[in-house]
Amino acid sequence: MDFQLTEDQKMIQEMARDLANKVIAPRADQIDKTGTFPMENFKVLAENGLLGIPFSEKYNGAGADYVSYVVALEEICRACASTGVTMSVQTSLASAPLNQFGTEDQKRKYLAPLLAGETIGAYSLSEAGAGTDAASLKCRAVKDGDDYVLTGTKMWVSNGYYADTYIVYATLDPELGHKGITAFIVEKGTPGFTFGKKEDKLGIRGSSTYELIFDGCRVPAANRLGDEGQGFKIAMWTLDGGRIGIAAQAIGIAQAALDAAVSYTQERKQFGKPLSANQAVAFTLAEMATDIEAARLLMYRAASLKDLGQNHTQAASMAKLFASETAMWVSTKAVQLHGGYGYTTDYPVERFMRDAKITEIYEGTSEVQRIVISRNELTSV
Amino acid sequence: MHIELTENQKAIQEMVREFAAREIAPHVAQWDREEHFPVDVFRRMGELGLLGLPLPEEWGGGGGTFGEYAVAIEELAKVDAGLACAYSVHVSAHTNSVYEFGTDAQKQKYLAKLCSGELIGAFALTEPSCGSDASALKTKAVEDGDSYVLNGTKQWITNAKSAGLFLLFARTNQDEPGAKGITAFLIEAGTPGLSLGRKTHKMGMRSSETYDLVLENCRVPKSAVIGTLNEGFKIAMKTLDAGRVGIASQALGIAQAALDEAKKFANEREAFGQPINRFQAIQWKIADMAVRINASRLLTYRAASLKDQGLPCTKEGAMAKLFASRTAREACNESLQIHGGYGYTDEFAIERHYRDAKVTEIYEGTSEIQKIVISRAVLGQTSRQPAKV
Repeated sequence: MDFQLTEDQKMIQEMARDLANKVIAPRADQIDKTGTFPMENFKVLAENGLLGIPFSEKYNGAGADYVSYVVALEEICRACASTGVTMSVQTSLASAPLNQFGTEDQKRKYLAPLLAGETIGAYSLSEAGAGTDAASLKCRAVKDGDDYVLTGTKMWVSNGYYADTYIVYATLDPELGHKGITAFIVEKGTPGFTFGKKEDKLGIRGSSTYELIFDGCRVPAANRLGDEGQGFKIAMWTLDGGRIGIAAQAIGIAQAALDAAVSYTQERKQFGKPLSANQAVAFTLAEMATDIEAARLLMYRAASLKDLGQNHTQAASMAKLFASETAMWVSTKAVQLHGGYGYTTDYPVERFMRDAKITEIYEGTSEVQRIVISRNELTSV
Repeated sequence: MHIELTENQKAIQEMVREFAAREIAPHVAQWDREEHFPVDVFRRMGELGLLGLPLPEEWGGGGGTFGEYAVAIEELAKVDAGLACAYSVHVSAHTNSVYEFGTDAQKQKYLAKLCSGELIGAFALTEPSCGSDASALKTKAVEDGDSYVLNGTKQWITNAKSAGLFLLFARTNQDEPGAKGITAFLIEAGTPGLSLGRKTHKMGMRSSETYDLVLENCRVPKSAVIGTLNEGFKIAMKTLDAGRVGIASQALGIAQAALDEAKKFANEREAFGQPINRFQAIQWKIADMAVRINASRLLTYRAASLKDQGLPCTKEGAMAKLFASRTAREACNESLQIHGGYGYTDEFAIERHYRDAKVTEIYEGTSEIQKIVISRAVLGQTSRQPAKV
């Protein structure tokens, strides 16, 4: 039993940390305030090989494992969660299903440029009426000769507009429920595929979030990912891995909030002593640090199960649930420990608190995680 | 990184699980009711090689790791936390300290017997007026020729009645009121002047025996000193560092038992025409318990594995104990709630787990002490800096 990172994992972590500190963190405030897509950061990640960490070198990947990916992602998210989600969507939600379910042609055409960072990827499952209940999605795909014709509107697509390659889930027949859902690779610029509303969000404001509109959009059958009716399985498989990525994001945000609180409470003096010399403050820091460590271990466990090729649905849900709730309370506490200053945009902790919130919602709300976890627990007596 | 249990850990887990089901489970309710420490069952754990599990074989130990020891405690605590308490005091607070700090002569004299269960060990630090502030202890050890003469009272000593050997802390430098005047002694039961005091009746952990120890002109040879004169407090603190992993494992076992009972009950009990496991309010409790228990397990195993690798684990051990003990208390509370009125009776084990859980937030360093340890690490202060927090 060994919980230490391997030398390779440490190397990737240090490289990501170095980039995060030197390049990404200095831009985070501006990205948040202007709501600008972090294109420059994306290029930096691409140049440093951080967009293909857990994939084969054959397709421009780094040939490393999932643990390496999540430790790197945590570091990037510690500096800028908006950049982190872009990396996470690219890796977990676009590249991973292509790698797992794609044909050789699809991998060469779509996966390889994604891993090199030459293209940007997105994942599109949610709709206005289908969030947690994803299987009730309505976007239709009708087979017509060698094509499928997609019609419908998708929502909350991260990396939307900026992405070149979209994994879109549509149904062959809503009557079939989840058995009708099929995944497609859709290129930006395909006729009949346009962008709708851009969402204005509480946090991760640099991450682009768009509505996708499909109006008789023809997608060649060669771009179907997996089999007809296999889409829901692909979507759920994808989210199992994605959730470990969101855990990493949440942990990065939480760690940033703790670091800010540790530094502020040591500098700020009231009643003639640093805030940190008050037991109520120091004990709060201890609890924050403990929960972050617990979340990190849950993340490592889920990622390492994935690396071992073992079922990690339960472990990923646990990591995501605990890490996201930790990020929320820890960042809220960090604002509190900063007092009035924490409520202003002069300090980054209010951004951490806004960014943290989404981790409890996307890629399966905390409520969905509890459904997954309790179902597994109650049937494993 | 390899987080999953090793083959050895699985083997220990299986062995302890089987032993506990056969030898402990049928009697645990009675032992709890009667405040009975089943010393014969305890000694049988020596035959299985459990009483010296993490010690090298050359000293009679099981040649195991702390990771294996943690798994053994967890399994014991699932069935009888009181016995797990007696076990962790014997193995980690006592026997492992004799191994780490004893002279060859002391080790030769005691270790094989401690590992076999012929001798049961106890750890005597706490006094009526000093718990968390252990370095304020008052028991005196005064040099007199070739011996020390000890006077004072030790409180809440686990295994006290059955123990053959005490690791006991007393003040040898009367001019030094703090940590620097304390020395550790190995004192055999039956030494004149050493007697059992009041039996402590406890809310939980009732199958472990807890007594005061009274020292009245108790004379021990100088060879009874373990470690360096006046540096006994370091032994106490190092022992507690390791001990925290043990208490975290206990808490983990209790919490897992509470979850197992909750799942069983929720699957069987019907209300409003359906099993109560169909209610989301119940499912949520199960999910939250499971997540926190898993996190506790990882924190605990991680601290144990750091110790096995010889790496610093003070902060990590404190985090494991803080998190796991809180989880145990909360999981027991939620599990009892799921049981409803039945949970409040002795027909179900959960009320015992509920009582047992509480002390894991108190002994071997309260949760508040763990937060002091953790906050110092987080704030970049050294762990032995005077308490300013």
